Amino acid sequence: MTESTYRIQGATGEWEVVIGLEVHAQVTSNAKLFSGAATAFGAEPNAQVSLVDAAMPGMLPVPNKECIRQAVRTGMAIGAQINRWSRFDRKNYFYADLPQGYQISQLYHPLVGEGAVEISLDEKNPDAQTKTIGIERIHVEQDAGKLMHDQHPTMSYVDLNRSGVALMEIVSRPDMRSPAEAGAYLKKLRTILRYVGSCDGNMEEGSMRADVNVSVRKPGDEFGTRTETKNVNSVRYVMAAIEHEANRQVDVLESGGTIVQETRLYDPDRNETRSMRSKEDAHDYRYFPDPDLLPLELDDAFLDECKASLPELPDAKRKRYETELGLSAYNAAVLTAEAETARWFEGLLAECAKAQGKPEAEVAKAAANWLLSELYGALNRLGKTIDDSPVSQAAGAELIALVADGTISGTIAKQVFEIMLETGEPAGKIVEERGLKQTSDTGAIDAAIAKVLADNADKVEQYKGGKEALFGFFVGQTMKAMQGKGNPQLVNAQLKKALSE
Amino acid sequence: MTDLTDLGVADIRNGVRAGTFSAREVATAFNANVAEAKALNAFLIDTPEHALAAADAIDAKRAAGEELPIMAGVPIGMKDLFCTVGVEARAASEILNGFKPTYESTVSQKLWDAGCGMLGKLNMDQFAMGSSNETSAFGNVISPWRRNDGGNAPLAPGGSSGGSSAAISARLCPAATGTDTGGSIRQPAAFTGISGIKPTYGRCSRWGVIAFASSLDQAGPMARDVRDCAIMLEAMSGFDPKDSTSLDLPVPNWEAGLSSNLKGKRVGIPKEYRMDGMNAEIAAIWDKGAEWLRDAGAEIVEVSLPHTRYALPAYYIIAPAEASSNLARYDGVRYGQRNLPDGAGLQDMYAATRAAGFGPEVKRRIMIGTYVLSAGFYDAYYTQAQKVRALIARDFAQVWEHCDVLLAPTAPSAAFGLGENSDDPIAMYLNDVFAVPASLAGLPAMSVPGGLDSQGLPLGLQIIGKPLDEQGVLNAGLAIEERAGFTARPGKWW
Repeated sequence: MTESTYRIQGATGEWEVVIGLEVHAQVTSNAKLFSGAATAFGAEPNAQVSLVDAAMPGMLPVPNKECIRQAVRTGMAIGAQINRWSRFDRKNYFYADLPQGYQISQLYHPLVGEGAVEISLDEKNPDAQTKTIGIERIHVEQDAGKLMHDQHPTMSYVDLNRSGVALMEIVSRPDMRSPAEAGAYLKKLRTILRYVGSCDGNMEEGSMRADVNVSVRKPGDEFGTRTETKNVNSVRYVMAAIEHEANRQVDVLESGGTIVQETRLYDPDRNETRSMRSKEDAHDYRYFPDPDLLPLELDDAFLDECKASLPELPDAKRKRYETELGLSAYNAAVLTAEAETARWFEGLLAECAKAQGKPEAEVAKAAANWLLSELYGALNRLGKTIDDSPVSQAAGAELIALVADGTISGTIAKQVFEIMLETGEPAGKIVEERGLKQTSDTGAIDAAIAKVLADNADKVEQYKGGKEALFGFFVGQTMKAMQGKGNPQLVNAQLKKALSE
Repeated sequence: MTDLTDLGVADIRNGVRAGTFSAREVATAFNANVAEAKALNAFLIDTPEHALAAADAIDAKRAAGEELPIMAGVPIGMKDLFCTVGVEARAASEILNGFKPTYESTVSQKLWDAGCGMLGKLNMDQFAMGSSNETSAFGNVISPWRRNDGGNAPLAPGGSSGGSSAAISARLCPAATGTDTGGSIRQPAAFTGISGIKPTYGRCSRWGVIAFASSLDQAGPMARDVRDCAIMLEAMSGFDPKDSTSLDLPVPNWEAGLSSNLKGKRVGIPKEYRMDGMNAEIAAIWDKGAEWLRDAGAEIVEVSLPHTRYALPAYYIIAPAEASSNLARYDGVRYGQRNLPDGAGLQDMYAATRAAGFGPEVKRRIMIGTYVLSAGFYDAYYTQAQKVRALIARDFAQVWEHCDVLLAPTAPSAAFGLGENSDDPIAMYLNDVFAVPASLAGLPAMSVPGGLDSQGLPLGLQIIGKPLDEQGVLNAGLAIEERAGFTARPGKWW
């Protein structure tokens, strides 16, 4: 556990920042929480609205089991207590995007209780600085619709596509002490959600957003009064909003003011938070148990299935990559940071093991290195994600195998990969047709060496006079003379021999 | 030839099945009665073509030699709380003006499937909030009954299912749907000399029924006798996956199970229902009911439901609390009435729409409900009321160790005159005092006519049963019905 040293330097001394996040994560499900309507992003307004979502008279909610299942699996993934008995409550308020006049949520008896998420504060060395962020609860609730104010000169339009979509509200303890910790927590949470498959974590499309609770205090003091900044929709904005809000609070306190408990909005264009409403005009939501719904009771069979369907989670996977596959902590962390990357890597690993007829542990390092340097570089250039990689796992494995068995050198492999990207042809064919095979013929190597040494007699003199760093120069020249096809080990060996003569 | 409109559900079905008369003849006869009874204001909307179309479909089935369903050829009245496709559903409130559902409530669909047709939408207390039908936005229903004092004072048909009760007793329909949240089937049945049963909570789907108080609302049949109630209850009941509180249980054939032989049964008389200052005629009919049940073979035992006196206050917290939230959807945004004053914003539109759209009793209950759920009062009212509700349910659970059904009056008086209670909400709420305990416990309960009081007005007897024991309730009702020999009907003045 690492104590944060993040402090705001005020006129009266140092201030510590206390942060808690309430993350709203849209549950991945084909249907809404209490209706059969679809949930796809980007549909025409009001194309995905059932009678229940529009709160037509006499309509009743029926819980969607898949949404409950996903929330339970998420809870299990953060080691949380799963409540076998939970209940839905109504949160009552009037707004045009809330057709029922209440949101069905869980105040008194949430589905998921206490859990925790471990974050790493140093990406390069993920085992070095870790911190555990407590999770207070996860409850499920309905999303609201959306108002559109730009469709008519005097009226607002309502789009109910989101109305009734299932959200998980993941409430952390006020355990974070810096914007960086909050950012790391959000990223880690998103990784876990994506591994579990319970939320796509897509903050741009609004499927994950955070309410940010911030307060400041002199180190060691009691918690200060907090403000809540609503609906911040990117990791970067969350960090910026915290930094801004914490500084604002310090300014207020140091100029003799007090912090009022209030709801604020973050404006990313101006990088500032603005007051939305204070506690005095806070709604009285009149929560009470929803009488249309029975308490949610989970049985062993359901919980067992949820447990059994959980994938290997990022922390466990990262540790396994280090211990069983022998990868560096950094590489293991990068490969496991996104579920898609890990999935792709494991596919590549299987193909490599097959292609080379070796256990995965023996081919893992080369596979990881190729993926993180060559493939990632190419994807970045092409603006593609790993899931739409132009090179398949099998094709990558074939290329890696050619290096491993000495058919081509690493340098040639880079060229072959470029050709693969351009033509889509397999590595073996490229190497064969373009004659890129590595030469282990010592006669050809020696001839090339002889020419290089003859052409650079002055440097040979310097080398022999003690300037041994020139050895690399001779290797490079020899390889160049052989169009990169010389077996590097043999070129080294033969050069050493020739120079010592 | 008998007047077809004197026939009940079983007789119509049997006659249609036997070919004694056609379903069309039945529908035509009742359509005519509906059309000439405007003075009662029982129907908000007449749908004669719906009744005829359903009748024709049944007649065609019969002609084709198909088996006819259990309510074949029976035209019914539909309480305005039920959504039916294409017919305005307003819960007798202005706020739903113009709202024509595109969907069919589960219960009404089941009735159409059982061979019923719809004569029209029945008037009621607005959003089922009331015991006299005076809260309807479209004028109160007038009971077909009159006192025998020669005065023609208009009487309440009871509520909230007052259109249903008036229409059945005036022979405008052989049966009708009702809903019962705190007595809304039983009290109007008692006031008009008909029968009605509220089944166990969850027997009838609430899907498509405009909600008042979700944890209490329960649909049920109202008809002329116990057998007709049994038939119609079977048609209305059944599991509905669209209602989370629906009971996933098979529906018994209650008609086949009818038996007025109560040998070996014990009937409990809850002593707490015998309240100070009880109307002597009510007390007398109650005693008579007990005698009849003894005569049918039952043993009569006195039992105790100690928390009875807390039931009414608890009910008038829980029901308004749920209503205040259930009625939030009537905001003028998506359907029904919208009042948009010049230059109004969203909040102004809400205020104007709800001020104009809801009647005073609905507003009163929304305000009560909002108050009891608000911060600082929730525990003192709502939480406390839920505790009382649990104690009431426990009272009943304990009483079933000593008896099979309970006998009690349905209402504390016979029908009162319109206007007599309307300026005193508490007096009006007291009408439900015998009805709400069974509602809070979700138990089946029915009212059957016991006799007439000295003014010539019907008095009802209430039977409350164990959870899911509608059969026991119907059988005790049948035993009373056979012995009471209630044949009185209102003289036609409309």
